[in-house]
Amino acid sequence: MWETFGFEFVNFYLIPGLVLGCIYALGAIGITLTFSILRFANFAHGEVMMIGAYFTWTAMVLSNDLFGVPLHPLVAAAPAVLLAIGLFILVDRYFYKPFRYASTIRVVMASFGMMLIIRSFVQAVWGPNQLTFVPGIAKPNELVKNFTASVDMMILVPNKHFWIIAGTLVIMFALSWLLTKTKIGKGMRAVSDSPELAKVSGIDVEIIVKATWFVGGFCAVAAGVFLAMDLQMLETTMGFRMLLPMFAAAILGGIGRPFGAVIGGLVIGLAEELSVYPWFGNGSLISPGYKTGVAFTIMVVMLVIRPSGLFKGRLF
Amino acid sequence: MDMLIGYSLYGISLLTVGGIYAILALGLNIQWGYAGLFNVGIAGFAAIGAYTFALMTTAPSSYHYGGLDLPLPLAIACAMLFSGLIAFLIGLICIRLRSDYLAISTIGIAEIIKLFLKNQTDLTNGPRGINKIPRVWEHLTEERFYTRAPMSWFSDAQGWENFFDALPIWWWQPFFCLTILFIVFIIYTLLEKAQKSPWGRMMTAIRENENAAHAAGKDVTRRRIEAFVIGAMVMGLAGAILSQHLRLIDPTNTFDPSKMTFLVWVMLIAGGSGNNRGAIFGAFLVWVIWSASEIFINSGLHIFGELVSNMDISLLKTRAGYLRMMIIGLLLQYILQKYPDGIMPESRPVQTGEKLKKGRI
Amino acid sequence: MSNTKALDIVNLHAGYGETEILKGINLNVEHSEIVAIIGPNGAGKSTVVKSVLGLLNIISGNISLNGNNIVGIAPDKAIKSGISYVPQTHNIFPNLTITENLEMGAWTKSKGIPERIQEMFELFPDLKVKRNKVAGSLSGGQRQMVAMAKALMVDSKIMLLDEPTAGLSPKFQSEIFRTIKRINKNGVPILLVEQNAKQALETADRGYVLVDGSNKVEGKGQDLINDRNVARMFLGSKD
Repeated sequence: MWETFGFEFVNFYLIPGLVLGCIYALGAIGITLTFSILRFANFAHGEVMMIGAYFTWTAMVLSNDLFGVPLHPLVAAAPAVLLAIGLFILVDRYFYKPFRYASTIRVVMASFGMMLIIRSFVQAVWGPNQLTFVPGIAKPNELVKNFTASVDMMILVPNKHFWIIAGTLVIMFALSWLLTKTKIGKGMRAVSDSPELAKVSGIDVEIIVKATWFVGGFCAVAAGVFLAMDLQMLETTMGFRMLLPMFAAAILGGIGRPFGAVIGGLVIGLAEELSVYPWFGNGSLISPGYKTGVAFTIMVVMLVIRPSGLFKGRLF
Repeated sequence: MDMLIGYSLYGISLLTVGGIYAILALGLNIQWGYAGLFNVGIAGFAAIGAYTFALMTTAPSSYHYGGLDLPLPLAIACAMLFSGLIAFLIGLICIRLRSDYLAISTIGIAEIIKLFLKNQTDLTNGPRGINKIPRVWEHLTEERFYTRAPMSWFSDAQGWENFFDALPIWWWQPFFCLTILFIVFIIYTLLEKAQKSPWGRMMTAIRENENAAHAAGKDVTRRRIEAFVIGAMVMGLAGAILSQHLRLIDPTNTFDPSKMTFLVWVMLIAGGSGNNRGAIFGAFLVWVIWSASEIFINSGLHIFGELVSNMDISLLKTRAGYLRMMIIGLLLQYILQKYPDGIMPESRPVQTGEKLKKGRI
Repeated sequence: MSNTKALDIVNLHAGYGETEILKGINLNVEHSEIVAIIGPNGAGKSTVVKSVLGLLNIISGNISLNGNNIVGIAPDKAIKSGISYVPQTHNIFPNLTITENLEMGAWTKSKGIPERIQEMFELFPDLKVKRNKVAGSLSGGQRQMVAMAKALMVDSKIMLLDEPTAGLSPKFQSEIFRTIKRINKNGVPILLVEQNAKQALETADRGYVLVDGSNKVEGKGQDLINDRNVARMFLGSKD
């Protein structure tokens, strides 16, 4: 049973699906928070993810070349996170804030422009070609492999996948603590619930906005670095390719529901990977070329039948 | 003389591509300027038009579907209809969505269209694209056209061959350009008429106050779908002409969202959305800026390359292209903030697509 | 001793942008007083409250809180200076628990928040039991209690209530009015905007009748109820 179905299903579909789901989930957290607190779809989110990965790569290269110290991507991500948060806050200050009291579409347009600006910037600075993030082939973790093989359920998971899943869990717990235990986190939920009331309750909305970019930027860079770790390379279009699945995850989970976004991300990631599993007969269910269409289909279906998402998100 | 011809041909090519962008901007103006629909999938509709046209007019090929040999105007009409049909199906599902959701959906649609073009290799030759798309006027010099009615009525193959040999190689360029400008003029005239008609006034009413229009018994959804479909048809037309201009199209590079979708948005916003003349003006203006900046940057790089010997500037050239995109992006941000109504604001006493309302947060 | 009123509004003209809605309001609230503003729809009742909070454009006039001028103050500063404001709708954070709602009410404060929450739970015992429940799950009347408790988290110098009984059943309406009295007994002056003119005037010490952006009649609550004109206009009596 394991040999015929389980091995292939778990190792080549389920685990990659989970890993991809984690990446989508982290990206979707930022999108859902900005959407509910600042009330617009930030199209530049994927690009911040991407530039975060490029910053991380640069930190790794610099550390190696200048000091001969090879850094683990997650260590090198620390300065990248700061840069990305700074970028988000600057973009907000100069490109989004002027539209805070204008109609939504203006700021959506500005974010659409920001998407292109950031991407062209990266293409101009780092070049349009792929860069190698971590060279070599990721070998499955020996311990897990040997142990699971000894019980006849061999599972092949490279270490990078452990990092991604564990990192996502840590960030989720930290986020949960932030949102339910800290003043600023509760304030974020309050503004997301009702910005008008937040204002007349004396809540400093601008601080909340900064906190939102902080959390969104942090999660975006984590997602970008995890994605680069998984693919082991960088591309300037990686953020844009993530955009649709991340929005799909945010909408699926319900706008303003960070944990809904996590569930949404996992569902979308799994759906994409499992959609190419040969459920019936030998061929994959849908042609692998159309895999990226799965997220879009889920999103549109959700928008039409239940726009508030699975977890009763905000409706506009 | 040669130089004069060279400059003229450059001017003509500026007008040609500017005209194609003007058509795209007019199409977007119907959707955004008239109806307030935020479509960021322009590249997708242009791609449908371009591929429909290409597949219906190219000679038989072992790489992709073809050999229909349809007359070019008929193929253009098919391109428009097909774009419109796809837009109609999308409109049925997505038109009611809030503006940002519609934007995400249209981005998605453009991606799905691209996926289809990339994956249906039997039909479209996949990522390698379609080559040798016949171009209006120039196509007359192709053997498969001049050996056929109606051209064969006037002369035999040899006669046509001699006739075309006598013409300068660029003879078709001014005709192609004028044809495009004529199409721009026709679309403009029709749209101006539409805007002043009861239909256009109703569109404005819906855009400015959807609820009131709804209450007044207007079928808001239907009108919006109409605007979406008509806009998409115009975009499909532009795509069909673009495919002629390029002669080689592929899903990824030709229909890159930054050059197709984003640039068109910059053009419309700069020119003044809601205003057809503004859309045309914006298209030519931004296109000239875009092309001129390429020349400036490249010649600048050349001088730089001369000064710094042994410097390979080709790398810098590609990088500079991206820098240009970035500058266009910043230009959009500047216009959005300083001239929210564009250079030629809509002549109505209201703002475009929206009214200033209470703050969101 | 020129001005020790809790709230004093003198010849206030205010509106949204250029549109003038309030055309000369004169109104004051003494310490320990409940004052009701009644009037027909569109008279600008809510606008008075909103202009105190700095939510709209004040064209001319004066507003002072305990003698301090607060014209043109930003909403968060207004809250910080001790105005407890309860909006008519959307006055709670539905996805936050009751305790969290109260904490949000105390955003501008840094000290004494747990103590103040305890005080609120004494004032509204119903809320204490449900303190970890999400506010959106409560009944309409209880939501109104949360909204009032949340507003009172600041060190209230005055409480502004915008139609607190709108949309509530008669039973809850009476309870809200009783609560208002209780809050007032604790030493908080209250300015109350109400559609339910009769009960509002019965609860209030004094009342103002607002018509078309200015106050037409003013008097003791009971006097206004007995006033034939007022009665004919708002209290629905036949004579």
